[in-house]
Amino acid sequence: MQTIYTDVLVIGAGLAGERAAIEAGQAGLSAICLSLVPARRSHSSAAQGGMQAALGNSAMGEGDSPDVHFEDTVKGSDWGCDQEVARLFADSAPIEMRRLAHWGVPWNRVVPGKSKYFKGGKEFEKVEKDENRGLITARAFGGTAKWRTCYVSDGTGHSVLFTVDNRCAQLGVEVHDKTEAIALIHDAGVCYGAVVRCLKTGELRVYLSKATMIATGGFGRIYPNTTNAVVCDGGGHIAAINTGAVPMGNMEAVQFHPTGIVPTDILVTEGCRGDGGTLLDVNEERFMHIYEPEKAELASRDVVSRWMTHHIREGKGVKSPYGDHLWLDIRHLGEKHITGKLREVYEICTSFLGVDPIHQLIPVRPTQHYSMGGVRTNKDGAAYGLKGLFSAGEAACWDMHGFNRLGGNSLAETVVAGGIVGRKIVEYVKGAEVSFNSSVIDAAVAAQRQRISDLTGGAKGKENVYAVRAAMQDSLNRGANIFRNDADLKTCVAELQEVLGRARKVGLASDGLGANPELAAALKIEGQVKMALMVAYGALQRTESRGSHNREDYTARNDRDWLKRTLAYWKNPGDDLPTLEYEPASSVLDLPPGYRGYGKMDIIPMEGQEAEKPAEGASGKKSAEKGDK
Amino acid sequence: MARLLKFNIFRYNPQNPESVPHMDEFVLEETDSMTLFIALNRIREEKDSSLQFDFCCRAGICGSCGMVINGRPGLACHTKTKDLPSEITLLPLPVFRLVGDLSVDTGSWFREMYNKVESWVHTSKQFDPAAEEERMENDVAEAIYELDRCVECGCCVSACGTARMRDDFLGAVALNRVARFVIDPRDERTDKEYYEIVGNDNGIFGCMGLLACEDVCPKHLPLQDQLAFLRRKMGITAIKSLFSCKSCKK
Repeated sequence: MQTIYTDVLVIGAGLAGERAAIEAGQAGLSAICLSLVPARRSHSSAAQGGMQAALGNSAMGEGDSPDVHFEDTVKGSDWGCDQEVARLFADSAPIEMRRLAHWGVPWNRVVPGKSKYFKGGKEFEKVEKDENRGLITARAFGGTAKWRTCYVSDGTGHSVLFTVDNRCAQLGVEVHDKTEAIALIHDAGVCYGAVVRCLKTGELRVYLSKATMIATGGFGRIYPNTTNAVVCDGGGHIAAINTGAVPMGNMEAVQFHPTGIVPTDILVTEGCRGDGGTLLDVNEERFMHIYEPEKAELASRDVVSRWMTHHIREGKGVKSPYGDHLWLDIRHLGEKHITGKLREVYEICTSFLGVDPIHQLIPVRPTQHYSMGGVRTNKDGAAYGLKGLFSAGEAACWDMHGFNRLGGNSLAETVVAGGIVGRKIVEYVKGAEVSFNSSVIDAAVAAQRQRISDLTGGAKGKENVYAVRAAMQDSLNRGANIFRNDADLKTCVAELQEVLGRARKVGLASDGLGANPELAAALKIEGQVKMALMVAYGALQRTESRGSHNREDYTARNDRDWLKRTLAYWKNPGDDLPTLEYEPASSVLDLPPGYRGYGKMDIIPMEGQEAEKPAEGASGKKSAEKGDK
Repeated sequence: MARLLKFNIFRYNPQNPESVPHMDEFVLEETDSMTLFIALNRIREEKDSSLQFDFCCRAGICGSCGMVINGRPGLACHTKTKDLPSEITLLPLPVFRLVGDLSVDTGSWFREMYNKVESWVHTSKQFDPAAEEERMENDVAEAIYELDRCVECGCCVSACGTARMRDDFLGAVALNRVARFVIDPRDERTDKEYYEIVGNDNGIFGCMGLLACEDVCPKHLPLQDQLAFLRRKMGITAIKSLFSCKSCKK
């Protein structure tokens, strides 16, 4: 069996992983990124919108600063974030965008003079200053006080990922693609690398490293309907969970997006509704104005998703072979608008659905979109529980997003956190002496060989992995979705515990030879069910509503009891529930909890803090109106 | 009653000594808005769990799912079954090394390609974190992005006559990549330096002009324009170096 040594092992070769590996490469360390797919196919490439950074170059971004960006981020998180981390992020983002420009990202630039833009379906005019000609420009995104989102046409993630991967190639950072880390090697609280399965040949390899990083993105694929790529299956999280020592942070914080297309859950942009598109039910009637008379379709993502789900539950969904859905109607916007301003939407509809949105309705449903939770790290990106283990990007709960993530902040986080954590890894490696204990390595490999032979031989049972996966997804979807309540969550947890029993009895139907995809699915199914339980059980315990976590039976945000982060451990492999612990959401409160400025909500204040007037009843509505202007 | 679709799929697992290349037949009932992404996943989950194929974003963005669909290279994720006859034949992309069934190793091929063409900005400038970014005209930025849109799916290489005949041919994707850096003002390489990379039969002079690369490109990149642009530029560079004029000895 092949054993490969490296200073830094990065599991995942998307933006966060490669950005960190670059820091290692620049410092003269050896670095290897493992990736399920060629690096440039990572899910980072799918991000279209852009990256938030307070450069303040564009007319609508004038007066922006990291302080304003920090405030937007903390409010967006519904005060669930770590404020030190949000500060670090907002301060570093502008430098990181300029660095990317230096490496080759063709950011869109300021063009001086008058130009038009749309807001709420109406046309406005802005004037870009001559002195800012050629600087990095920005576009508008939800929940931000200024235009702050740097972009490359509609392919920001793609362009930045290609640039960062180019930089890796230039520095000699290796990417071992079509490989999958199936377990971490660790002993006495220190991480030594990973046992890895080659997805070209099926052979096992050992990677030994001074520092190991998990940068595997989100885990949306534990839900049946998600905008996430098929590789976003939580493999990195599972490796961490299975150590028993590393906690996941805030797993119950899951973001849903209102308009994933049916059947494949590819996202169509919020811009459809922003430009005047409407949502229709099975009778082709509008319904959002019934629930949200003021904002209708233009309420925030979580709010619209909630009412859509409610409406489907009322029996107003459209039946389809892929489940119930609703309609998005943009026909009235006209051909010119649809093929111009909404080109991407037009192409998605025609290429993937065979639907012409100029004349036809688009089938949509709320869809899992982003995982705020993940491998809990400190502000240096060092994972709790294991020395030498780091994490960044969507895989991590570094925690700048808290319970709700703002658009444009996730893509920026990948490179900003990747850079910061990468530098911390370099510091760590330069001060670290590591001795590898061969018996620990042998035992780790033997355990994985045993798992594989049990699965291929059906030693534990003959449960079908795809059936078990579908049962898990279905259960989680019913119980821990956009709306949550005590009864449904209890049912969900009980069902998932039963599914966990089945996951432990999976046996392969095929031979398992070579790059067998069934074996890949089977190796992670038990871990996926454990993650699903962390989501559902964490949500059951959190008796409040905060950001994306919405309890029908506890509608207020409860800062008195819940201004804290959930830490979910799987302490013993045989447990059938995670162990939950809690820590304060933030050690510093530069911005004390208050009203976010959008959405109606009740707040139970922290002890010793006065309830803010705008947070209650009718005055809350007034403030919401003000916030929209 | 919906159509019954008959899929003929290439099967071979190089890691199984008993496996021999052959075609397998699967029948599925067609559903609304069915794509090859949906169909192949259903075949794997319901009929043969060992079937190998690649998808990642399943949204036409990442380029993972290139395969030969009824004789033509394309992305399986945005191929709708209703646009195909009821008999569908799927083969892996040629040129790239086979991993198994419909899965090929594009990663190694592309990594080698971008090491050959040194696919990064060559600059002598140091990054200064305290300074304002270097300015660029928005038109230039957009022109670079137009060529940067390639997803490295490999369809153009698989459809290329020259690439099928010679292993060392760089292909349209590499020439497009070079063109992207040629127009980037941040890249300080001279035409002569680019000539060293692509001014030969493995590069710009190997192209037979069959145009299939552009026909099959799922991102509709102007590949032939880039070939023409580079060929002209490299031709001029070759003539200049023949006469070795002073001004081009940069």
